[in-house]
Amino acid sequence: MPGITREEVAHLARLSRLELQAEELDHFAEQLDVIIGAVARVSEVAGLDVPPTSHPLPLTNVMRADEVRPSLTPEQALSGAPAAEEQRFRVPQILGED
Amino acid sequence: MNYDDAMASYDPVMGLEVHVELGTRTKMFCGCSTTLGAEPNSQTCPTCLGLPGSLPVVNAIGVESAIKIGLALNCEIAQWCRFARKNYFYPDMPKNFQTSQYDEPIAFNGYLDVQLEDGEIFRVQIERAHMEEDTGKSSHIGGATGRIHGASHSLLDYNRAGIPLIEIVTKPIEGAGVRAPEVAKAYVAELRELIKALGVSEARMDKGQMRCDVNLSLRPHGREKFGTRSETKNVNSLRSVERAARFEIMRHATVLDDGGTIVQETRHFHEEDGSTTAGRIKDNAEDYRYFPEPDLVPIAPALAWVEELRAALPELPRLRRARLQGEWGLSDQDMQSVLNAGAVQPILETIAAGAPADQARKWWMGELARRANESGTDLSEQPITPGQVARVCALVAEGKLNDKLARQVIEGVLAGQGEPDEVVAARGLAVVSDDSALGAAVDQAIADNPAIADKIRDGKVAAVGALVGAVMKTTRGQADAARVKDLILQKLGAA
Repeated sequence: MPGITREEVAHLARLSRLELQAEELDHFAEQLDVIIGAVARVSEVAGLDVPPTSHPLPLTNVMRADEVRPSLTPEQALSGAPAAEEQRFRVPQILGED
Repeated sequence: MNYDDAMASYDPVMGLEVHVELGTRTKMFCGCSTTLGAEPNSQTCPTCLGLPGSLPVVNAIGVESAIKIGLALNCEIAQWCRFARKNYFYPDMPKNFQTSQYDEPIAFNGYLDVQLEDGEIFRVQIERAHMEEDTGKSSHIGGATGRIHGASHSLLDYNRAGIPLIEIVTKPIEGAGVRAPEVAKAYVAELRELIKALGVSEARMDKGQMRCDVNLSLRPHGREKFGTRSETKNVNSLRSVERAARFEIMRHATVLDDGGTIVQETRHFHEEDGSTTAGRIKDNAEDYRYFPEPDLVPIAPALAWVEELRAALPELPRLRRARLQGEWGLSDQDMQSVLNAGAVQPILETIAAGAPADQARKWWMGELARRANESGTDLSEQPITPGQVARVCALVAEGKLNDKLARQVIEGVLAGQGEPDEVVAARGLAVVSDDSALGAAVDQAIADNPAIADKIRDGKVAAVGALVGAVMKTTRGQADAARVKDLILQKLGAA
């Protein structure tokens, strides 16, 4: 199985807005490689006749009626927020967009 | 360079992406209310806030609406499809991903026929319609104009996060030529009518219930390969769709003619002057790492359900318009005016309330359209109901009001003075047809105009109009003109 490269870890870190040091990139590349290698072993036993699955249960069409259920209060909703202002979640300056 | 020059050298190709916010009572994956204008963060729960341990469950009406839209767009409906996570880091989605659909949209391969202003039908091919959810609303604090640029921080209201959206994507629209901007506008207009007819959303663009992205590229005539496209985001009125397409055609043509290259980027549209400015450059950083949503099971609409929905589809707006035009006996031009004024629905409802078609049209296209136009509001927003207009028409038909008085009654209703009958009573507007009440006015008119009276006595009955006019004047328009005419002719022995 192809291993995960240092460049791929750097790319993922950028997408995830994580700042990683050079040594961390190497470290994670190695770790992720082991994890992915372990998961990849599944494909060794799954033949072409076994389609990839996204859900462990053979269910479809689990839906709910369009009926309103109670929401959290704004206080409850904001209780876990690191910062709030004007009853809204306050987040730091957004960069790289306009 | 002008538009014709640009078109002489280049052929535009467009792609339109329209997001429709569904009018469901609850969000797509949780039971939070979708009511507009609620207090910030008062319509959220662990699911739409993306809190650990919460699990989404699909809104059945959301799926049903998506299928209806797909069917109305002549799409195939997937027999089996899944949701996917579109991963991105941005605070408008507290989950850090948007639940959307990726390579398995619920509807695909359709088309929508749109009618251009000269009556020509242009077929727009539909790539797909898929289900997803709206994002939260950010306000940027500390910047000059509420923009991100220069802001010190941002505030998030997640009431909108999770409201069902259907994204409808066209295939590349080719062959529209100089009419590309018109086609773009006509497509969005037709789609909006369709969505409204299906009853799945009010599709109010001014309220953000329908939003359009205009992707556009140019290629030299005769070349098959598409040029590099720009993506103009959030163009939110029909007029703006047309203007944005036109502006981008001109901008691309100017850049290309100067030997420059178009950068693939998102662009922002500015209502004030119809221009666009550069936004984010689309490089390889755009990697959403889509994967099937593990918290939701696949959707497999039963064939019987799909067919039931297909059978219940309403008449398509384009066909309905043609039918109404025939029923109302209007020319293409008159029908176009009715459409432009947004008068179809009010007229229909007025007819349904008992008014004749020509009367209903007369009021909505006359007084009321003028008023709407002057105040820059929608015809449907005027403070008068179709039922009230129909009542005025009925009073005219019964001879209780004439046209002039009817106009005053309409004014009274618009001014909030109550129902038509209340206005009639309060302002004393009823037509006077009582002979004794009219007699004095008729005598006066004859006495004041002896020469005309003589002509009538001599048999020149056509001259009676002048005397009727005099009576109408002294009775301030409240006399029953037909009765006045009879009375005059009687008194002058000409009846």
